[in-house]
Amino acid sequence: MIVSRKIILHFPKDMVEQPLVSRLAKDFDLEFNILKASVTPNEEGIMHLAIKGEKGNYSKGVEYLTKAGVKVQQMGQEIKRNDDRCTHCGLCVSVCPTPALVIDKKTREVVFDSGHCVACEMCVRVCPVKAMEIRF
Amino acid sequence: MAKTYAEINEKIKKGQAVIVTAEEIIDIVEDKGIKKAAQEVDVVTTGTFGPMCSSGAFLNFGHTQPRIKIGGGHAYLNNVPAYAGLAAVDVYIGATAIPDDDPRNKVYPGEFEYGGGHVIEELVAGKDVRLEVSSYGTDCYPRRKLETLVNIKDINEAVLFSPRNAYQNYNCAVNLAERIIYTYMGVLQPNLGNATFCSAAQLSPLLNDPLYRTIGIGTKIFLGGGTGFVAWHGTQHNPAVKRKDNETPQAGAGTLAVIGDLKQMKPAWLRGSSFLGYGATLTVGIGVPIPILDEEICRNTAVRNRDIWTQVVDYGKNYPNNIAGSLGEVNYEQLFNGEIEVQGKKLAATPLSSYAKAREIAGILKTWIKKGEFTLTEPVQTLPGLESGATVKSLRERPIKQSKSERRD
Ligand code: SF4
Ligand code: SF4
Repeated sequence: MIVSRKIILHFPKDMVEQPLVSRLAKDFDLEFNILKASVTPNEEGIMHLAIKGEKGNYSKGVEYLTKAGVKVQQMGQEIKRNDDRCTHCGLCVSVCPTPALVIDKKTREVVFDSGHCVACEMCVRVCPVKAMEIRF
Repeated sequence: MAKTYAEINEKIKKGQAVIVTAEEIIDIVEDKGIKKAAQEVDVVTTGTFGPMCSSGAFLNFGHTQPRIKIGGGHAYLNNVPAYAGLAAVDVYIGATAIPDDDPRNKVYPGEFEYGGGHVIEELVAGKDVRLEVSSYGTDCYPRRKLETLVNIKDINEAVLFSPRNAYQNYNCAVNLAERIIYTYMGVLQPNLGNATFCSAAQLSPLLNDPLYRTIGIGTKIFLGGGTGFVAWHGTQHNPAVKRKDNETPQAGAGTLAVIGDLKQMKPAWLRGSSFLGYGATLTVGIGVPIPILDEEICRNTAVRNRDIWTQVVDYGKNYPNNIAGSLGEVNYEQLFNGEIEVQGKKLAATPLSSYAKAREIAGILKTWIKKGEFTLTEPVQTLPGLESGATVKSLRERPIKQSKSERRD
């Protein structure tokens, strides 16, 4: 069975990402597409991947990454905003790696467009009033 | 032509007063000129809605049977410690208090899910709150333990009394360090990765009355969705900072101590808040009406974001070490447009105080005054101004030397 998944990889600091990820294609016959990568020296690196391939290969690939010390997180969950709680403070906008959270210049309200969201959960962690929620 | 408070209040009562917000006055002055605007407009309303850590509330629960002396004992509200160094059944719950067993920053960055600010929000929302007290027992207050639910509608007094709110301007925060930091100014990415700021700028109360001509002790205000008063100048009130030609300070300056009946406030305007890696706090809504007594006051209320400047401060190294210094000056038009330049690098700027809510507060206050429900009060005393010589000092630490006889061990 062919599966396609979106996952987030957390690399411990100083780990070199690229060779590890390339092996997903070489050794496990998985197609992958890097949606987003942020690498800061001396910091955890984060990479968002869309992966497609045989289910068994997918599991082996994830196992390989996990064994190498990479934390693998599923992007299966959906991020929702509780509009009654949101104060439009803007704090989440600073951490969102995508255009899913932007400030409308006119209304000065924070607009959430779930279409761009990659479920990285950064906004969930920083929202001071817990307006961003994870739904499974 | 100067106006008086009494004349403006008379107009308000007759429903004839002209009230506009601190945004609306900008265009009015632009269209009609300062002279006409000052004649026609009676009140300009301002607003701000942001995290304000120096906030809290006094509560008086009423006496129990038999009596207990919370004073000198320990009191907890929903597990959050309240200050119990007062008389028998008075406590103060501060916004940043957190449960004794909160993991804090042990698992870094800590989440600080629930604190004093959240207790205040729940109280105001009319929810039952758990009160747990332990004390030592006296002849007149024999009881030692108390565990009960309390509700704001049943207790004697609930008074919001915050020693420092509504900062007149605030830093723009960046991070020069090489690691990500979690601050009260939000998450700051390393090596000038982003910038955050926290002011309602052209809507902010004290930026519309930069020299404290109308906002003083006794000024009636919108506080947490109800009405309150300016009680005193806030702690760290610092009028002596550098100012632009329009009198607005170029860094954090004046502050307000505010007081009001918590029982008539609303949870939408007093929000318990958690700052990742930093702590718990309370996000407070404040709005102050400014009477247009003369042209000078009118001109001050017409200030625009582009004419209000602030300093870019490094929270990676300088701020934690209390080293003064600015990496540059930016204005709020740039900040609200979302990009500033620091040390030749362009970085994204995002707010953490809600301009949308500040605008809403200024609008609500305008409606209250229009309906005649809210009139203006003349301050009984002005706040310390430039002439007062008031400044903010850092703590000068001095070694504690004890003589042998003073030692208690
Ligand atoms: S951080 Fe939370 S409250 Fe602030 S704008 Fe984002 S979702 Fe709304
Ligand atoms: S989870 Fe939040 S921060 Fe992450 S992409 Fe979605 S909206 Fe942006």
